[in-house]
Amino acid sequence: MPVDPVLAFYGDLAFYTALVVYLSAMVLHAIEYAAGRGETSAAQPVAVACAGGGGLGALTRPAEPPARAPRSRSERAGRVAVLLTGLGAAVQGASLLLRGLAAGRVPWGNMYEFTSAICLVAVVAWLVVLTRQRSGAPGLRRLGIFVLLPVVILLFLAGTVLYAEAAPLIPALNSYWIAIHVSAASIASGILLVAGVASALYLVRIRSEARPPARSRIAARLPGSTVLDRLAYRTTVVAFPIWTFGVITGAIWAEAAWGRYWGWDPKETVALVAWVVYACYLHARATAGWRGARSAWINILGFGVMVFNLFFVNIVIAGLHSYAGL
Amino acid sequence: MPRRHPVLAFLRNTWRGLTSMRTALMLLFLLALAALPGALLPQYSLNPGLVDQYYDDYPWLAPVLDALGFFEVFASPWFAAIYLLLFISLVGCVVPRTGEYVRQLRGVPVATPRNLARLPHHTRATVDHTAADTISSARRRLRRWRVAERTEPGGVRTLSAERGYAREAGNLVFHFALLGLLVSFAIGTVFGYEGQRIVLADGSQFCNSGPFAYDSFTPGTMVDGTGLAPFCVRINDFEPTYLPSGQPTQYRADIDYQGSDDLASGQWHPYQLAVNEPLRLDGARVYLLGHGYAPEFTVTFPSGQQRTGVVQWRPVNLATLLSEGATTFDPPGVTDPAHLRERQLAITGLFAPTAAFRGEMLTSAFPQPFAPAVAIDVLKGNLGINSGRGQSIFEVDGSMVESGQLQRVARENLRLGEQLRLDDGTVVRFDGVTPWVSLQVSHDPAQLWVLTFALLVLGGLGLSLSVKRRRFWVRATPPGPDDPDGLTVVELGGLARTEAAGYGEEFDRIAADLVPTGTAARLATVGTSGDTSGRKDGE
Ligand code: HEM
Repeated sequence: MPVDPVLAFYGDLAFYTALVVYLSAMVLHAIEYAAGRGETSAAQPVAVACAGGGGLGALTRPAEPPARAPRSRSERAGRVAVLLTGLGAAVQGASLLLRGLAAGRVPWGNMYEFTSAICLVAVVAWLVVLTRQRSGAPGLRRLGIFVLLPVVILLFLAGTVLYAEAAPLIPALNSYWIAIHVSAASIASGILLVAGVASALYLVRIRSEARPPARSRIAARLPGSTVLDRLAYRTTVVAFPIWTFGVITGAIWAEAAWGRYWGWDPKETVALVAWVVYACYLHARATAGWRGARSAWINILGFGVMVFNLFFVNIVIAGLHSYAGL
Repeated sequence: MPRRHPVLAFLRNTWRGLTSMRTALMLLFLLALAALPGALLPQYSLNPGLVDQYYDDYPWLAPVLDALGFFEVFASPWFAAIYLLLFISLVGCVVPRTGEYVRQLRGVPVATPRNLARLPHHTRATVDHTAADTISSARRRLRRWRVAERTEPGGVRTLSAERGYAREAGNLVFHFALLGLLVSFAIGTVFGYEGQRIVLADGSQFCNSGPFAYDSFTPGTMVDGTGLAPFCVRINDFEPTYLPSGQPTQYRADIDYQGSDDLASGQWHPYQLAVNEPLRLDGARVYLLGHGYAPEFTVTFPSGQQRTGVVQWRPVNLATLLSEGATTFDPPGVTDPAHLRERQLAITGLFAPTAAFRGEMLTSAFPQPFAPAVAIDVLKGNLGINSGRGQSIFEVDGSMVESGQLQRVARENLRLGEQLRLDDGTVVRFDGVTPWVSLQVSHDPAQLWVLTFALLVLGGLGLSLSVKRRRFWVRATPPGPDDPDGLTVVELGGLARTEAAGYGEEFDRIAADLVPTGTAARLATVGTSGDTSGRKDGE
């Protein structure tokens, strides 16, 4: 099927638009962050987030939160930042959709598209986290800038170094398994990006909580360490089975495409290593002495392995997965 | 107490150490670490050429790495040691847990703690029901939970409830399935085999009759090469499709096959063999892995006799299928070996399916044979085929050239149909192109088991990560004799094994149902539903 150049053009246009929208959201987040001194002190960072939901909850708390003060300018900036993030995600989703329509296939056939898909999942996962959080958790919203930062960097790399023209798939990728295996891998990777950010910020935050007087101004405005730890755990726990599914479907596909389900191809090997590192994370959380900071480091290491697998293994190491076209 | 024998004590301590959670964690780390060189360093099993290259690049380091098994990580004793220890540790951990789990399933939920206010989730209220009514409505609300009712002195009634036993079941399934996965993987490598073979796509046949039928054959340790499923395939044609840019979009070989059942009748069945669509036959799978071209040369010897050679050349550029190779000829009618050694002929060089000359240099512009050409050397003399040295079919023996026993007698570029004449009158003509395909045959008797265990791993994991094991307690204390209001005090407490997974909302919902805020109950004193923020996981 021939490629439709007009759709492909609009797809790329939407891609760069999304990048710009995310950048604007970051600027607004930064405004909120800079202004948001002391609003969430370390002492009860999550009291609001954990408030009971039912009628009982309402009764047990001082009737209603005191009538809202008119929204400050910084809070408005934060809210608009979230709206812009959502808009960016919609535009980016449209860009992938147009790519797919242009080439007549799933829009994750090369590293440009794949990286973009991972970023989209990360942003959507982040928005889901935000909406599932009870209203009025400004502390959590402030993480937006830290989630968008790696997303914007990755998208920039995708749009420059990794960029590839829209084209049909090469024969090895031409299988319905691409829809299953690659989407599972991107969904897991995108969610794990959010988990990795949460764990990194957790480390920053506990360091400042341990030495309150010398607390860094950036860390002081982060949500409490428990919120960050829980965010990291919940996202990892969602992503890990998806990643497992991705590895298994990869093996099933390899059985049809490469003549064996497992052959220690570099990509397979590093995928297994990442899987084992995340298994370490889950085990560490159940091992005395390994909760907290050590677990967080393991989670960051896990994401490091994922990134390594995406870039280094695809580009530098020759293997069967090297469909990068670079 | 009788003193234990020191050896027994040592064994027991070793076992305890090995099966502790901390050791499992360390072994998991080691596994991840040990697998990494397998991805970063070239591996014999994947690409021996890259290992040779590594030897050239790092002549001092490579032998050391090689001796330590770093070029064969996944077959190395240290890698095996790590995963075997891990799996011993796993068994030691999971078997007792299974026993413990069965006991829990048979038992009743634990008694209500003395002080419910200490729990991460807690509520206290007074209601105008009796204690018995409170407990029975709690029982109704906790219908799907496993419950136990108890009484305490002074007419105090309690209810212990627990839910989420599937979490541990999932966890156990997950870990046992990992064991099963490893065992099936091992069985597959021991009893399976893999063979590669290049076949010309001109109606040539290939039969799975034994290791000798292959260009390379890798049997499992328990496979001796006898008793392979005796099927045959015939390659009629190979049809790639390309975009104008030269990007391939589809590789498809038109083949016929004959299963074991058809050998007697001689019946052939058609099949379209494609990448991603292997032929599954008699427990084996036939794959289309690669393709290339075999240039056809006709040599007319001075005697007038003709010989035609069609031998596969191997691609040196996978995008344009520029290929290299060697097609060799014995002169006809020569039987004396000494004579033969002076007159053997080899045609070596490059083949381009769509020729593009840069000056005299031949390159290929497109992978399909639109304008084939070759850039060849013709060599004459002793090919060294009987020298006992290993021979590659893609090149002539370089040592024969160096020693002068094989000499170049011509070098020329030929397009399809063109020919060249040697000094002795021999004529070499390039007169055709035949595509070839490389096939792989694989057999793995355990791969369905691997799949089954992999799915169990996934299912177990899903259960154990999504289900929350949680407890809920109710204590209803009747009003004391001097209590003027005559209200029952209800205390609720909750505890989850993994607080980080979130139990607070569910607890609050149940609590709200049990001590409703409506007309029936008047809340006199109220505690707060615990805020888990300050606590570690409740494990
Ligand atoms: C191939 C090796 C192993 C892998 C890949 C692995 C993987 C996992 C994973 C992904 C989980 C998460 C499920 C959960 O959190 O409930 C888990 C849980 C668990 N594993 Fe393993 N495991 C391995 C070996 C072991 C060994 C050797 C032990 C014991 C010594 C062990 C003990 C546990 C325990 C106790 C849990 C439950 C943690 C909890 O309470 O949440 N595992 N394992």
